[in-house]
Amino acid sequence: MTGVAISAAPKARAVRKPLDKTGLLFAVLLSVAIIFPLLVVITWSFTEIWRYPNVLPQQFGFRFWDQTMGRADVWAALTLSLRLSFMVTLLSAAICLPAAYAFARMDFPGRSLLFFSFLAGHAFPKFGLLIAIAAIFLQLGLIGTFWGVVIIQLVGTLLFMIWIPVAAFSAVDRRMEEAARDVGAGPLRVFWSVTLPQAGPTIAAAVLLTFVGTFYEVEGAWLIGAPGIRTMPVLMISFINNQIVVQYGAVLSVILWVPSFVALIFARKVINGGSFARGFGG
Amino acid sequence: MAVLTISDLTKVFAGGNVLAVDDFSLDVANGELVCLLGPSGSGKSTLLRMVGGFERATSGRIAIDGEDVTYLPPERRPTGMVFQSHALWTHMNVFRNLAFGLKLRRLPTAEVRRKVEAVLDLVGLSGYGDRHVAQLSGGQQQRVALARSLVLEPKILLLDEPFASLDQHLRERLREEVRDIQQRLGITTLFVTHGQDEALSMADRIVVMRQGRTEQIDRPDIIYRAPRTPFVAGFIGTMNLIEGKVQSGRFVHAGLSFAVPVGDGPATLAVRPEALTLVAAEPGQARVHRVTDYGTHGLVDLELPDGMRLKSMVAHPDLFRGGQGVTLTPQKVTLFRDGLQIFKTAP
Repeated sequence: MTGVAISAAPKARAVRKPLDKTGLLFAVLLSVAIIFPLLVVITWSFTEIWRYPNVLPQQFGFRFWDQTMGRADVWAALTLSLRLSFMVTLLSAAICLPAAYAFARMDFPGRSLLFFSFLAGHAFPKFGLLIAIAAIFLQLGLIGTFWGVVIIQLVGTLLFMIWIPVAAFSAVDRRMEEAARDVGAGPLRVFWSVTLPQAGPTIAAAVLLTFVGTFYEVEGAWLIGAPGIRTMPVLMISFINNQIVVQYGAVLSVILWVPSFVALIFARKVINGGSFARGFGG
Repeated sequence: MAVLTISDLTKVFAGGNVLAVDDFSLDVANGELVCLLGPSGSGKSTLLRMVGGFERATSGRIAIDGEDVTYLPPERRPTGMVFQSHALWTHMNVFRNLAFGLKLRRLPTAEVRRKVEAVLDLVGLSGYGDRHVAQLSGGQQQRVALARSLVLEPKILLLDEPFASLDQHLRERLREEVRDIQQRLGITTLFVTHGQDEALSMADRIVVMRQGRTEQIDRPDIIYRAPRTPFVAGFIGTMNLIEGKVQSGRFVHAGLSFAVPVGDGPATLAVRPEALTLVAAEPGQARVHRVTDYGTHGLVDLELPDGMRLKSMVAHPDLFRGGQGVTLTPQKVTLFRDGLQIFKTAP
């Protein structure tokens, strides 16, 4: 009898999984820190009257949504922002991905110096650099033009679009590429069928970061684009500066949040959790 | 007839003046399995990678079926390589891994399917086509890697330490399987390993390499029984290597003295543990340091008066105990002088 009791005890203990209390605490804290401000912003966008000390707004409504969506400049800014972000991401990928592959897999003179220079661009205070570039763009007639903003935003994306794909390409097992050569694939075919799919999820992560980063970029768009080019974030700033009505900011925030949310949903299908970490060498 | 002919092949790595492979020549006959055996840095992997086309030869010539392939890229060589780290494409399932090379050759879909199923059957993985690489065990992954090479029916199969990442038990089973498949298909094979067991149990011939050069090329039994150099003697199996000198027909070292039919001078005497018999005697020529009983046999560690250690294999380990004096009688010896064999006891 006692033998049975002794053998049964550890079995019961093994079945029950211990609750990771620290993990749960972190999860709750992070959720509150991330979700709570979002909820506040969304609530504000649907609020018509909300006075202290009430915890909830006194009156909900779509007044500020109607007002915002009814403005032609909001729609113009949104389409412009999307066009800019797509163009910058496309150009950035076209320029950076081959460069990243070269950095990861080829040996050429000045390789490490060039590689480091991409980081160096980000070591300057960005605003000072922008002013200097703005002076040059003024002479070239690029100020206030679509392509002027494209160029300035492109510069900002180089870091992520080089560094992350370099890590992604470097992480691809060379033996896998050699095995593909071995079964008869030429170098281009190997890149297309093995290297790119292997590095794909991480590169998708870099493209996503670039897109979202460009969409929300303000300094360059404002300094180079003004007054002709008004992107969504620039418009939002002018809204907030001109009239301090919380709801305008909230409505625009929610609108701005939509593209990145759609992008993230899309990304979840392509990218698994480890890819971001892998891209940063984790 | 030689399917693979390697002549005067040399590889110097750029930058360093390191001779990875130094003037290497080898003929491999049709259907033969040749093992390249050596410690790390002996150039065996570099040699294999040159045959596969992954390293460019500095000089020399590689010919397959009489055709010069020395400077052809891997995709244009009739060789199939199995890598140590299996190198399967993890973004494809097993079927697509195996079909990739066939599709590149523009085979009709039905033919691709038939060939993939046949090769999966050959390596004992029928019905695994839909599995993902990550869902397979280490041994299964290595079988798929082998199948990926075999499905293209290469003239020469190259194996680069394919079992190194597997555990002992699996390694032994897989090497029997690979040898079976290799013999059934009659495929000419070049096999790189640093494990002497693997080489001795699988190879038709063994090439023992050291610092990019050939030490000896022979059948496994000859490599074991008649090593040509002290390096081969020490590298293959357990070997007692005793440095000493020959004086008036006797080999002498620290109290040991054996009659040998060679001229006077310095010499290295090599004797296997199983060829060194012991008789208990006081004070004896050596002292028993430790006795290990392996069940089927025992291993006696001996200490000579100058502190040198020798090993002897005995049938009855219970006859000996630590501290005891013994006299030694070598049954079969090999003598080396200046790095070359000068005498060997007749078998």
